[in-house]
Amino acid sequence: MTTSAIPVIDPALVPATLALPRHLLSTGDLTADTATLILDTAARIEQAIAGREVRKLPTLRGRTVVNLFYEDSTRTRISFELAAKRLSADVINFSAKGSSVSKGESLKDTALTLQAMGADAVVCRHQSSGAPHRLANWVDGHVINAGDGTHEHPTQALLDAYTLRRHLGEIAGRRIVIVGDVLHSRVARSNVLLLATLGAEVTLVAPPTLLPIGVGSWPCAVDYDLDHALPGADAVMMLRVQRERMGGAFFPTEREYSRRYGLDGRRRALLAPHGIVLHPGPMNRGMEIEPSVADGQGSVIVEQVGNGVTVRMAVLYLLLSGASEV
Amino acid sequence: MSILVRGAAPYGETPTDVLIADGVVVALGADVPAHPAAADAEVIEAADLILLPGLVDLHTHLREPGREDAETVASGSAAAALGGYTAIFAMPNTEPTADTAGVVEQVLRLGESSGLVDVQPIGAVTVGRKGTQLAELAAMATSAAQVRVFSDDGDCVHDPLLMRRSLEYVKAFDGVIAQHAQEPRLTVGAQMHEGEMSAKLGMTGWPAVAEEAIIARDCLLAEHVDSRLHICHLSTAGSVDVVAAAKARGTKVTAEVTPHHLLLTDRTAVDYDPVFKVNPPLRTDGDIQVLRQALADGVIDIVATDHAPHAVQDKECEWDQAKPGMLGLQTALSVVIRTMVESDLLDWRGVAAVMSENPARIGGLAGHGRPIAVGEPANLVLVDPKATWTVRGADFASLSGNTPFEGMELPGRVVATFLRGRPTVRDGVLAAAVATGGR
Repeated sequence: MTTSAIPVIDPALVPATLALPRHLLSTGDLTADTATLILDTAARIEQAIAGREVRKLPTLRGRTVVNLFYEDSTRTRISFELAAKRLSADVINFSAKGSSVSKGESLKDTALTLQAMGADAVVCRHQSSGAPHRLANWVDGHVINAGDGTHEHPTQALLDAYTLRRHLGEIAGRRIVIVGDVLHSRVARSNVLLLATLGAEVTLVAPPTLLPIGVGSWPCAVDYDLDHALPGADAVMMLRVQRERMGGAFFPTEREYSRRYGLDGRRRALLAPHGIVLHPGPMNRGMEIEPSVADGQGSVIVEQVGNGVTVRMAVLYLLLSGASEV
Repeated sequence: MSILVRGAAPYGETPTDVLIADGVVVALGADVPAHPAAADAEVIEAADLILLPGLVDLHTHLREPGREDAETVASGSAAAALGGYTAIFAMPNTEPTADTAGVVEQVLRLGESSGLVDVQPIGAVTVGRKGTQLAELAAMATSAAQVRVFSDDGDCVHDPLLMRRSLEYVKAFDGVIAQHAQEPRLTVGAQMHEGEMSAKLGMTGWPAVAEEAIIARDCLLAEHVDSRLHICHLSTAGSVDVVAAAKARGTKVTAEVTPHHLLLTDRTAVDYDPVFKVNPPLRTDGDIQVLRQALADGVIDIVATDHAPHAVQDKECEWDQAKPGMLGLQTALSVVIRTMVESDLLDWRGVAAVMSENPARIGGLAGHGRPIAVGEPANLVLVDPKATWTVRGADFASLSGNTPFEGMELPGRVVATFLRGRPTVRDGVLAAAVATGGR
């Protein structure tokens, strides 16, 4: 077995102006240059392990990454776990179930516990918006926001941008339509900020009830009419719609939602010929997206999952190997 | 015991001497030397200081009984005296709720035994503040606590029929309903002001309309039944319009604004530090400007602190898990000086009106908010208007430290507070507690 230490990007060679923030809490904290550094690093990681029998780099040997998950999210957790393990870090999964959290330990006490154990990075998923920001006050290690309440999910946006770049080349100038429950979506917030920073033209499409008051200040356009927004778009990103939103009177019925905002074959055909279809998963097939579209030509939904591991490797690598502010 | 306050400027006007004896002001200016009590009076040099009637807070949370780890009547009274207050109204959202004669009398007695300010209990409007059944309002009114202000503060009396009935019922004893205006269905899960910041931070918004709709409804109800309505912690520009219109029609409505709503905005939530979480939430710069002007114009009648102490663990957590509320008693006067006096929106007469006279009148507290004149009770505060100080929550008399003004440099320092002639604060330091007589 040969796992030669390939320095993907030597942190010492990263100029200070390209230093990442100490914690990855919001894509709003990234500049076009730092975001591009992450995407470039991911691309080099992908090249470095392509075709290798052992897809593992020794870069983070001896470092400890804690997955602190207060919400069930199997796909995000295993993606981060795989990313850390492929960099040879030690990974600890700390979930709210089966730990002191369910007995009522405060976030601060949990943070101090992880701190005492010497966590180099804490990957935090939490149902409360801003919980990773609070956590960052109490630990010395790097905090990575893996989704907080209805706020942000930065690595999802980075993997989406990575996927877009692979298929569309440059992101700047591309027209990207994001459809669905923007109000409650951390994916939408992170994507709007990141894609705007990278120069894309983003249009949000949703019923007015599922757009936040104040969305007018975001760096994007807003449309209530999917058929109006889709023609010629380079990509469409469908957001998961929680069925339990029905109780909040956000829309009358699933059927009406699907009719007005679901992506079916006819709407799919409105995209530019090279247009692609994204979804952060898990999908409600038949609700926001038709199975034939999800599985059809131009759908990159499965590829997004694989890219997620690569992008998270890049984030962990850059933060933990010193290319961030101290 | 007699005290001569030498050279202070009442209401910031012409400096004079004020002689206090047996709890009342007995002589002013040139009449002081001839007064028999002047001979052995203790002299307090007060040149360059301003003398105001003791401050009155219509909206204080003292947490006792029930949460004595966050605040007690004694610790809250100490904070009040240090803040220049001589009377505070204690909100009834304690455990148990102050919804019976027994509980309001308990709070009254605790206040009397601490003896630093007059603690006037507020009674709950509904049993357990549940909003379903009227509490025994008359029993509280006729108890030793002589309750005149009733409020379910923390929650809105949202049932319109119950609100109508309570407004009508308290007319029998000149009571007033102090409404926490919050439409509950429009604020399910609400965390902060609904606007650009809530959209950015991904937190459920608390829309201004949820306050304004209730105020509009209640002004109409108060007009219909010809009763007195008081609006707690009014926080939006739209609410000012509604109250101004109601007052123009002759509705008996009064309104309060908090110091924090005069100074802080929703942008403070940017780091998710729950010390800035409060209900109603901090609003926008535009709201602040309108609130200050309304206070200057008299559309808003008073400044009330909504002093809300919380234990460390109830604030050192996730934003949506934290309890809403912030300390106010020891910063209120300074914030009013910063926001209203320094901007020439209020003079010191105006400060006395909105922080002492008007709240005492609304709450029916006869011995407070009185003129600085011979024969009047000596409930007074001496303020150094030129002093500045830096806010440190840990230094406060409150058992909690949740001040949103931490680290801020604020103008104005309370030098001395007198409760019926007795100094409760001297040189900015708490005097030993004293036993009190009646109110």
